[in-house]
Parts: sequence; structure tokens; C-alpha cells
Amino acid sequence: MSDLADQTLYSLRGLLETGQCSAREAAADLIARIRERDGEIRAYVHLDEESVLRQAAAADAARARGEGGELLGLPVAVKDVLNVKGDPCACASRMLKGYVAPYDATAVSALRAAGAVLAGRTNMDEFAMGSSTENSAFFATRNPWNLDCVPGGSSGGSAAAVAAGEALAALGSDTGGSVRQPAAFCGCVGLKPTYGRISRYGLTAFASSLDQIGPITRDVRDAAMLLKAMAVPDPLDSTSVDVPAPDYMAALGERLDGLRLGLPREFFSDGLDPEVNRCVLTAIELCRKLGASVVDVSLPMAPHAIATYHIIACAEASSNLARFDGVRYGFRAGGANDPVELCCRTRAAGFGPEVKRRIILGAYVLSSGYYDAYYVRALKVRTLIRRDFDRAFASCDALLSPVTPTAAYRLGEKIQDPLQMYLGDLYTIPANLAGICALAVPCGMTGTALPVGMQIMGPAFREEIPLRVGHAYQQATDWHLRRAPRHGKAGQAAP
Amino acid sequence: MKYVPAIGLEVHVQLLTKSKLFCACRTDFGAEPNTQVCPVCLGYPGALPVINREAVRLTALAGLMLDSKIASFSKFDRKNYFYPDMPKNYQISQYDRPLCLGGGLAFETGGRTRTVRLNRIHLEEDVAKSMHAGARSSVDFNRSGIPLMELVTEPDFASAQEAYDFLLALRQILVYGGVSRCNLEQGNLRCDVNCSVRPETRSGLGVKTELKNLNTFKGVFNAIEHEAARQIGILEGGGVIRQETRRWDTDAGVTELMRSKEDVHDYRYFPDPDLMPITLSSGQVERWRSELPELPRQRRERLAAEFGIPAYDAGVLAADKAVADFFEDAARLSDNPKAVSNWVMSDMLRLLSETGRSIEDIPVRPAALAALVKLVDGQAVNMPGAREVFEELFEKGGDPAEIVRARGLAQVSDEGALEAMAEQAIAENAKSAADYKAGKTAALQFLIGQVMRKSKGKANPAGVREILKRRLSG
Ligand SMILES: [Zn+2]
Repeated sequence: MSDLADQTLYSLRGLLETGQCSAREAAADLIARIRERDGEIRAYVHLDEESVLRQAAAADAARARGEGGELLGLPVAVKDVLNVKGDPCACASRMLKGYVAPYDATAVSALRAAGAVLAGRTNMDEFAMGSSTENSAFFATRNPWNLDCVPGGSSGGSAAAVAAGEALAALGSDTGGSVRQPAAFCGCVGLKPTYGRISRYGLTAFASSLDQIGPITRDVRDAAMLLKAMAVPDPLDSTSVDVPAPDYMAALGERLDGLRLGLPREFFSDGLDPEVNRCVLTAIELCRKLGASVVDVSLPMAPHAIATYHIIACAEASSNLARFDGVRYGFRAGGANDPVELCCRTRAAGFGPEVKRRIILGAYVLSSGYYDAYYVRALKVRTLIRRDFDRAFASCDALLSPVTPTAAYRLGEKIQDPLQMYLGDLYTIPANLAGICALAVPCGMTGTALPVGMQIMGPAFREEIPLRVGHAYQQATDWHLRRAPRHGKAGQAAP
Repeated sequence: MKYVPAIGLEVHVQLLTKSKLFCACRTDFGAEPNTQVCPVCLGYPGALPVINREAVRLTALAGLMLDSKIASFSKFDRKNYFYPDMPKNYQISQYDRPLCLGGGLAFETGGRTRTVRLNRIHLEEDVAKSMHAGARSSVDFNRSGIPLMELVTEPDFASAQEAYDFLLALRQILVYGGVSRCNLEQGNLRCDVNCSVRPETRSGLGVKTELKNLNTFKGVFNAIEHEAARQIGILEGGGVIRQETRRWDTDAGVTELMRSKEDVHDYRYFPDPDLMPITLSSGQVERWRSELPELPRQRRERLAAEFGIPAYDAGVLAADKAVADFFEDAARLSDNPKAVSNWVMSDMLRLLSETGRSIEDIPVRPAALAALVKLVDGQAVNMPGAREVFEELFEKGGDPAEIVRARGLAQVSDEGALEAMAEQAIAENAKSAADYKAGKTAALQFLIGQVMRKSKGKANPAGVREILKRRLSG
């Protein structure tokens, strides 16, 4: 078979179960695809081909013995922010260049336990700070739909890999939209589960009260499969919550009868690109045809989400990133005469400008004299935003909105203007502040052939609702089946 | 003008838990450097803390023993500052919602009872240990993350002696409660001091300095003495005290400037998003209260009442929980608690101090001491012989009756044998016998000594006395 890299996890599992291919063949196909395409996409920061083939062969052997889990032999790429024992885990930072993870993140060990093949580490914005993957200390990743455009971020490598056929699925992390936004820019499905649903143990922390691991996949069913494997309570993460995960696959169907879907009017405001607006409204209309009722709702505090988010996220980040000091691991600057100088030099040379900007902002909002005016007030607004959602979910099963106000922009277009870049996250950030779950699904293309995403937000620990909406939508549409064009050298156009 | 000091203590106490505060690493003292570590206590990327419930229980226990209010809601905060001995460059501590609030401790000082108020007790993680050798610095992270309880008093101490006596009483209580070993050599208990002075005629508090690097109680005493005198000297010379942190230099016996107020850290405290608040139901707190161990004061009173021993004896025994436990076990097995108390207070404490051993390390069992007391009371062995037996018990343990037999220490009480030895002694010392008859009673003691010598120390001295008196009065 020559198109194994274009399968979904679900379809490849079928091929493996019926013996139509082996996991090793699938892995070899995938590696070939990465070799072919990653020169221009640059989605991966690390790929140990030997390890991928070895894991795949072990999966085949397990299958031959009649063993193995739900994901046996299925390859999953992992964002560079998650610890995978024995792999580098640099968080796309000079600070952690050469650092090798000494342990598996809980989500990663859950995938291993289910039989998945961990296939490569994907590029990202440094320490997950950014929306375009241009903040990677290594290199920028390109959007497979248009190589001049960004793939989004911070999980841009994961989304680009899935869109380019360089991964069937990948893990990302979502603090303010870092799974959903790149998924939307690259025409993939991206799920941010409820805060506490997937253990954060082993996820290098950016903002601890907002971070959540999530899958980026080709369709909703694959996202459900990966969520099921990773949604296990973890005694190593005090914020992981023991709410039993339902059978997400069983919740998927073709109709949306009886579902009440809300349209928060603040999410369709002035800054919204008309093409994106049109695509999302068309998708909503289809949801109505599938049996859902659609109502207008309001989340009045939502416009304050970006400011609130940046105060809280930067405050936590300033403390979380304090541990990178050159003493125990990672990069260490030379020429220091004492520990204080060692720390200062290491951090000055190890962090990129966006990371420094956020650390400084975070230290500022926590400093005495400013703490109440910024940090405490942000926590209060966060509570109000959460209440907005509680009220909305009292009358709706899910909320629909665009994922982003625009489709992907050009590389370099916003990197010099951080504020413009931050504003691009205004539809994704509220879900993180409220701790609820949200799903991004492709729902159209712009006139310039760039994907557009629809966001489906659900109440806390009710991931089955957005998954059900997204899956039914995908049964009636083919946006998720479209593949990014193959660029690159002549003669290698898509067959 | 006369000045009076106002002194407050911040006492850091390592809790007696098997594992660290936020990970499963062991807490054993003296392990090879960096062998009791994991991603959590090394501050590796992605590692997360999980609270050790036993540390919460022990801190609450300390609070209950010290009359604190146990908070139904408390939380952890991050104290942010950079230091190579802090793996995350923040310390997880408790800022504005500590586990225990208020409280106090009554203790003996200068022949009276004083009560000092506590401000709070909170729970935090210990930092690693930096070591410097020449131009090289290294860090041992075994200590990183060991649970540390910080107990803060009000500035209620008026002298170095009061602070010293408070620390003794506090240590006694914490050891009693199994909260900490409080071993100062192993750094289980460390102390910072706030010190200010004010004119006796004025109320309120003067400007305070904070004293660091106090690793012994004696050091606390000396540092306060020195610092109070330094401050009084400045004020008497017309100077002003600056708010600053000073380091106690043990060798020089002086405090020296460490940092002034301008350099004070902004710790940027904020709630740790990785940890849930600690909520304790009143039922839980009451369960812990019902499990409180007996405290030294109560025990002293009970030992005196229950075993009929003098208050002084009870105080000496109750001072050390292990000693009191030993006494109590032995006394319960004996008809003569006073004799048991004498053995423990004199021979046992002397041998312990001479050998530098602790009561847990010696083989003598309470039952053996009770048996020895019984042998003495039954006149099976005399006191010098019994001392010999006790020394062997202290060294090797064993059965006292067996040791008496093996060493041939059985007391000679056989009338015939004693009569014969007495007759012989009188015959050999006619002068002494005559002296006694002439009224010099001291001569009798000499004759008793002669008989004891003939018996190789095994004669029953009381029996010998009776026989000699009878023979010499005849
Ligand atoms: Zn540890």
C-alpha cells in the first residue's frame, strides 16, 4: 500500500486488524513521507527513525501474540513540550537544547500502554509561547496549504505534520488556543479537553492553571480515540480530576436532534474576517439541518479574556520558567564567576525575546504594589468569565464560533507586532480561562485556499458533546477529507 | 535609661515523614548526595508536586499541641526567588492562609512559668544543601523537598534565656508528639531570630533586626545576648537601629550585616496553581485531637500521682519521652516504682551520658530492670552487686538473676556463715571491738567492712550489722 501515511488512525487500525498492512510498513511509509516533505514544511525538530521502526515492529510482534491495546501500531507525533523518556524535549528553546527527558509524561505513557508508536517531536513556539511557531528557537514551520503562511501555534509543528501527511495524528498543548488555532490554520481537527481531563504530569509547564494536552488529528473520530486513551486520572497531577471518561466513540452519530447550540454574539464581532464568518455561518446552518436548534447567547465578559489571560498566563510562566537556570540541566552559559551570574547569563542567552517579554510581564504583575491591581483583578474577571459560560450552558449543550478571526497569515506578517498576534487568540482563550472543553473542526476554505475552522465549546468534562457535533458535521461534509497540495520539486505533485 | 529586648523566633522544623513533601523520595539523613531525588524534587520540566498527607497531619498535630487553631481552609503559595539550592527557583510555602493560626506555649524559665504566643505555623518544602569547596560549589538535593514546618512566635521573649528555655520546651513537645526528631546536628531544627529593644518606659516595639545562621540553641542564646547589647549600645550612643538582616558568626561571637532593608526580596507570592487547597473537616481535626499524645507537663503530673514518686523525679523522667516510656514500662512490672525511678535517674542516665548512647540503642529491657529491683528487695543481691549487674545489662542485656548466678554475686544471708565471719573479725580486731563497747559507734562500721571483705562483698550488710551488734553487746 502506498498511501498509509494518508490514513486516519481509525482507518489504519482497520487495515492492521485485518492484516492488510503491518505497523512496520505504516511506519516506513510515514518516514518516507517525512523525508519527502519535511524539507519544506519543517514540522519536526527530532525524528529517530530507528526508534519508530523498532516500536512498530514490537507492535506487530505484540499483535502476532494476540496482545495489544486500542492504538496498537498507530503512529502519533508528539509536540516538543512533552517529556518522552529518552527523547530530547527542548520546547523549541535554546535553553533546553540537548536536554533528554528522563521520564515519560503520563499522557505519553498512556499512549504507549495503548500500543501507540511515538513518532517524532514536532516544532512549536518556544515554551509554547506564540501563535505562529515563528518563536521556535530552531526554525519556522510552514503551512502545508500555503508555504508562505504560518501554520499557527504554538503547536504549529503538530498541525503542519498532520496536514502534510507527515503524521496521522499528533499531540499538542493548548494554553490559550495552541491546539485549536494551528488545527484551524492547517485544516485539521484539534481538541482542547477540559482542564483536569488529561494529566499535565510531564508537560513542560507554561501556565499551569490553563495548560491542557490535546490531540490534533484528521478527523473527529481520531480525536475521540486519542482522548479516550489519555483521559485517565493521575495521582501525579493534583489538578487531574477523577471524572470517568465515557465511551466517546459510542457518542458519535450522524444526527444532532435535540441538541441546543448557542452562538455567543461576542464571538462574531467586528474584527471577524467576512470569509471566515461566512464559512462558520454556513456550517452552523448545516448543524441546524442535522437536527440541532440554534440560539443566540451572550458571554458579556468575553471581550476581557485576552487581557485577563495574559496577566494570569504570564504570572504563572514567570514562576514556571524560573527553574531554567543552568544549574541542573539544559543550556549553561559560560564565563560566570558565581551562581547569580551563571543564572543571569544563562537566562539572557537561553531564552528568546517572546519568552523574555512574558517573564518580565509576569514578574511585574506579581510584584508588590501591582499584585492586587493586576493579578488579583484578573482572577476575579476569570471567575466572571467562568460564570458567563455556566449561564450559557444552562440553556445550551454547546457553543459554536469561529476558531480564529482570520485564516492563516503570512510568515513574518505579525512577528514584529506581538499585540496583533495576541488578538488572534480572542476566540480560543475564553475556553482556557473557563476550564471547559473545545473542539476545532475544518469548515471551509477562503478564496485563497486557506482552511477555516469552527470551534465547538462544551461544558466541563462533557467532551462527548463537541465530539458528537463535530463528527456529525464531518459525516455531512468533506472539508476534513481535503488534503493540502504538494508543493516542492517538480514532478512530485499530488497523484 | 534602661532598655528591654523584645524577641521573636521563627523555628523551622523538619517533619518526621518517610517521604518528601511533594514526591515519594525518602528523607533519610546521611545518604550519598543526590541519591534521594526524582524529577519533582530536582525541578525537572513537567514534574508536578503532590501533597504528602502525613506532613499535613504532623503539622496539624503540632498546632493542636500548641493550642493553635487548625484552619479548615489553607493553601500553598509560591515564594519566588533565585538561589542555586532551590531547584524550581521558587519555594512552595504557605503565605496568607497557613495551616495553623495562633496558639502558645507555657514553659518553665527562671523558676516560673511563662507563656509565649504563637503567630502561626505553616508547611513548606526544605531547600537543597549547597556545599563549597575551594572554587567549586556543589548542591546536594537529598534535602530538597523534605517537609518543613515553620513556627512563628510573637515578639514575646524578654531575654535570651527565655528564648533558650522556650526552644528546649518546644523541642520536648515536638519529639513527644512524633512530629520531628529535632536533631540539631542533622539540621532537623533551625532558627531565625527577630530582635529589637525599647526603653523600659515606652510601649510598642523598636526597630528590629533579623538574625540568621543559628544552628544551635546556645547559638540562639549568644546571638540574642550580643545583638541586644549591640542595639542598646547604639541607642545609648544616640544612634538609630536600621532594619536589616544580620548573620551570626559563631566563631567571632558577633552578628554582622547580611543585607539591609533596601535589598529585601520581593518574593512575588501567588497561589500555586499545581496544588489544590487543603480543606480539613472539623471531624478530621477532632479525630486528630483525640489521638494527641500526652505532653511533658501532663506526663510529669501523672507519673508523680500514679507511681507515688517525688515531683522532682517525675520531672527528670518526663523530660525525655523515651526515658519516661522506659521508666513507665519498668515501673508497671515492679512493686517498687521509687527504686525503679532511682535506677533510671542515677545509673541509667549516668551511663547514657557517659557512653553518649540513646535509650533506643541499649539492650537493657524494662522487664530486666524490674527483675533487678525485685532481686535487691528480696535481698538476693546487695547494692554493689546490683550495680555490677546493671552495668552488664546496659552493655549486653540479659536476665539479672542469670547474671547474679554467673558472676557469683548472690548475697550471703546464711546465718551460720555470717556468724563465723563476724566472730573471726572481732577476734582479729580486738581494739575496734573494745572501742565500740566503750561507746565509739563508728568502730562498728569498720567491723562491718571487715566482714564484707571476708564475704568478698556478697554478705547482706544489714544482717552483718545485726550479728555484730548482738555479739558486741553480749
Ligand atoms: Zn523526589
